[in-house]
Amino acid sequence: MSLAKCFSMAISSIFNNKMRSFLTMLGIIIGIAAVIILVSLMNGLTNMVSDTFAELGTTSINVSINAPSETKNIKAADIFKLAEENPRLISQVSPLVTVRSTVKVGTDSITTSATGVAETYNDMKSLVVEHGRFIQYVDIERMQKVCVIGTYIQKEFFEGTIPIGEKIKINGVPYKIVGILEEKEDSSAGSGDDCIYIPYTNATRLSNNGVINTYVVSAVDEDHVTAVVGIIKEMLNKKIGDSDYYTVISMLSMIDMMSSMMDTMGTMLIAIAAISLLVGGIGIMNIMLVSVTERTREIGIRKSLGAKQKDIMTQFVIEAGTVSCMGGVMGIIVGSGCAMIGGVLLDLTVRPSVGSIAVAFLVSVGIGIAFGFLPAKKAAGLNPIDALRYD
Amino acid sequence: MSLVELKDIYKIYHMGDTEIHALDGISLTIEKGEFVAIVGQSGSGKSTCMNIIGCLDVPTRGQYLLNGKDISQYTDDELAEVRNKMLGFIFQQYNLLPKLTVLDNVALPLLYGGVKESEQKARAMEALKKVGLDSKAHNLPSQLSGGQQQRVSIARALAGDPSVILADEPTGALDSRTGREVMVFLQNLHKEGNTIVLITHDNSIAAQAKRIVRITDGRIVYDGPVEGDRIVATQDRAGE
Repeated sequence: MSLAKCFSMAISSIFNNKMRSFLTMLGIIIGIAAVIILVSLMNGLTNMVSDTFAELGTTSINVSINAPSETKNIKAADIFKLAEENPRLISQVSPLVTVRSTVKVGTDSITTSATGVAETYNDMKSLVVEHGRFIQYVDIERMQKVCVIGTYIQKEFFEGTIPIGEKIKINGVPYKIVGILEEKEDSSAGSGDDCIYIPYTNATRLSNNGVINTYVVSAVDEDHVTAVVGIIKEMLNKKIGDSDYYTVISMLSMIDMMSSMMDTMGTMLIAIAAISLLVGGIGIMNIMLVSVTERTREIGIRKSLGAKQKDIMTQFVIEAGTVSCMGGVMGIIVGSGCAMIGGVLLDLTVRPSVGSIAVAFLVSVGIGIAFGFLPAKKAAGLNPIDALRYD
Repeated sequence: MSLVELKDIYKIYHMGDTEIHALDGISLTIEKGEFVAIVGQSGSGKSTCMNIIGCLDVPTRGQYLLNGKDISQYTDDELAEVRNKMLGFIFQQYNLLPKLTVLDNVALPLLYGGVKESEQKARAMEALKKVGLDSKAHNLPSQLSGGQQQRVSIARALAGDPSVILADEPTGALDSRTGREVMVFLQNLHKEGNTIVLITHDNSIAAQAKRIVRITDGRIVYDGPVEGDRIVATQDRAGE
């Protein structure tokens, strides 16, 4: 019997029991859709996270120091010296001093953090100055009271104007606005636009204790990140001695860590979704077993007319395969649709991958065949007389 | 060489500890072109006998030669092949597949016989013409009367051009008039040279065959021409 004939038989049998076939497929539809939705969303999320990290600079290395004593502390000069000595490894460095501060203009005030940085910082973090300029070397040298603000601060105090030259009070000290950064997110509190940059020399003063705990170092490129981490650690080891007092984290290793974490999470979610596929497969087996019982007489007639075991077997396996295959296609459509909608709602770029669709399809066909096998075997092995007598 | 040759066939079923001899040493020979009626009460073993002749079942003991080939020890698939190529069945309950059209039903044995699809249709149509139902080819069996459905099943039995046509109570589900029509059909088939084995409990039906094999308790008690069978003869006389 030709395969085409088997398919047409399977399809007519499926359409003769529309409701039942659909309910059988539902398990597969839900399973496949779940897998596709999860894979797509996980991909979208991973892309978003790694994009965010990449924006922060993949060559960037964060050095945090918690020196046990004043004398062992690392000064800005130490880091600058290290950069000067290794021009082939380190491209730029900047101290990073974060000061919790109250910002006041007239009587309005908000609480945010001001960040003390070097003139290199905008380059390192790809900050774009929309109006005015960034902090310059001379500002740092002379401890000028100047600041560069994000669009959130601009919107809060100077809605609609470009406040270059205006003064804001940071922890009571008046600072002149010399630059405004380009809007990065949505100019809301806590976003990337909620920022004030000041010369790090000023920031160490504002932070009371006068020490710099954090530095940002940029390697010349991604390939040299590990080497830079090495020389920084070497320097810190010499100065502080105990690795408990500092941490050196490269953005690259963070990205690696993050993506391996996302991978693990993704695998786990897919494993859970796969359970529903398994349940769907058992549903198919169950219905096929019922179908074999219901069609015992049909099987008897077919066998009495010369159908071999292989013929009956093929008929049932193909029927199960077709059911799950149709379920798989529907699942792919539903899953892709839901993933797109989810992507829009969560603001992720979600594109169900061709690979995951292909795998989902093959898995659904495989499930049909695997779970159709047992009922098909049962049908094929029926004794023709018993089957003919069955009512 | 005889077409059908049963040699000392036993069929024994086990029901708990007791053995039931459904067939208790049957020997029977049917030649090509014969019209034989196997008659017996229910439980006599005639159905078991027909199942064995029809290769739907294998004997516990004994030898069955069909067309000279010993098929007593054939496997399930080999028996299926024999059924497909050499045997045509006409069942009491017609046994048509309700979801298939009349034409597809008739084509089924050809489908399993590996006949080309275009040829399947042509031969099925030819068989339907023989039973006068070619106009109903694309109807479903449920749209046909009982007599018509039985004729479809005759067409199906003929389609594969079998050596033996086995009719198991072919008139059992029909009223007497359509039953008679079906019998006329079988007689015509016999006249055309087909070998027909009719299984029935009804003596008046059996009387329309040429030879009667009467089975009681798994044994043949009479095997010979219709005229010689005492019971049929008595009934015929009573009928007249």
